[in-house]
Amino acid sequence: MLITIKYFGQIAEVTQKDEEQIEISEGLISELLSTLNTKYSDLKHKDFQIAQNQELVNLETELTGDEIALLPPFAGG
Amino acid sequence: MNRYNRHIILSEIGQEGQDKISKAKVLVIGAGGLGCPVLQYLTAAGVGTIGIIDFDTVELSNLQRQVLFGTSSIGKNKAIAAKERLEDLNTDISIVAYPEILTYQNAIALFNQYDIIVDGSDNFETRYLVNDACIITNKPLVFGAIYKFEGQVSVFNYQNGPSYRCLFPDPPQKDAVPNCSDIGVLGVLPGIIGSMQANEVLKLILDLGNVLSGKLLCYNALTSATSTLKIKPNIITIQKVLDQKDRFNEQQINIGCSNDIHEISIYDIQLEDHFQYIDVRERHEEPKVITLNITSIPLSELEDHIETIDLTKKKLIFCQSGMRSKKALNLLKDLNIDDCYSLIEGATEINNYLKEHHKILSDER
Repeated sequence: MLITIKYFGQIAEVTQKDEEQIEISEGLISELLSTLNTKYSDLKHKDFQIAQNQELVNLETELTGDEIALLPPFAGG
Repeated sequence: MNRYNRHIILSEIGQEGQDKISKAKVLVIGAGGLGCPVLQYLTAAGVGTIGIIDFDTVELSNLQRQVLFGTSSIGKNKAIAAKERLEDLNTDISIVAYPEILTYQNAIALFNQYDIIVDGSDNFETRYLVNDACIITNKPLVFGAIYKFEGQVSVFNYQNGPSYRCLFPDPPQKDAVPNCSDIGVLGVLPGIIGSMQANEVLKLILDLGNVLSGKLLCYNALTSATSTLKIKPNIITIQKVLDQKDRFNEQQINIGCSNDIHEISIYDIQLEDHFQYIDVRERHEEPKVITLNITSIPLSELEDHIETIDLTKKKLIFCQSGMRSKKALNLLKDLNIDDCYSLIEGATEINNYLKEHHKILSDER
């Protein structure tokens, strides 16, 4: 299936883009994450949460969504 | 002409709403990029009591975004300099400056004196301290954070809503996420995010509109895009903070200096994370920790059994009391083995925690 992935903050710096579409077979969020870790090797050093269709999910959640977001914490004030 | 005329003539606010604003007490953590616009608008709106806590002093490089300060403020404490400016803006309200560091020792007593807490701090240590203190004192937390051209806003701990830990359970590794002073920030960005925080504060006071609780608003100044993510309350995470209430003031804040002490509490980790648990007690020592997958390497043999340490995982080291695990930690550091943490608790406490943890999990099912 075709999904849109949005990247925020430091994650967008690793991927060099705010957003992209990728084709992936059905499975778990963890499988998507390992695909992304292979594509972007610096990703595994970053802290972030994953949202699917605007809701936070964990690694064991089934991939169902059209939109995934990788959201890191910000410290600045 | 009444100072608050433009509020009062709004039917949604009126004199009644303006009276609520004058009775409100709001504490702002940090008078920096976010704190300045928050303070400016809350003061102008007539919030009756405003507390400002900041230990830092104004520098020339702050003036690009910290709009309460001028050249004459350079070198002054930010809480005090902000108070001086704000007292000129509104003479009818009470402004209290705390020119000190927010700590685990002073936070609870301070938060108890206010209705709403606004986080404008610039480091994770303070952000988690503020979050936990808001849970313990049951105060709504108006959260804002920025990174270069992007910002995040939310209201945490409001009417049984989620806390910051329900979004990001644990602070990232020290220095993993840089702050504005290290990497730069678009000056107007904290102005936008701070104004959104001030807006949430007024909505809370006036009970108006939809409070940004259970949601994280993300704003990108370059694309003008906003995204809103839903956050659910994590009862276990919140309860864990409440369970630690009595030990709260025993913790130490370490801002500004990244020391290398990697001691953590079993209460502060996610057991589902992929850790290697290393028991450095002698093999005959009781009690055993049974529910976790443990690698047993007595401290006396540690250097000879380095090969059993999984370099790809985070290592959590424990013993009977937390003393030998600290020694083991230093030893591994000397051997250039990274990602090691010493558990503060000993085996008995770890077992107690695991029993409790599994009970909570099975009760949930």
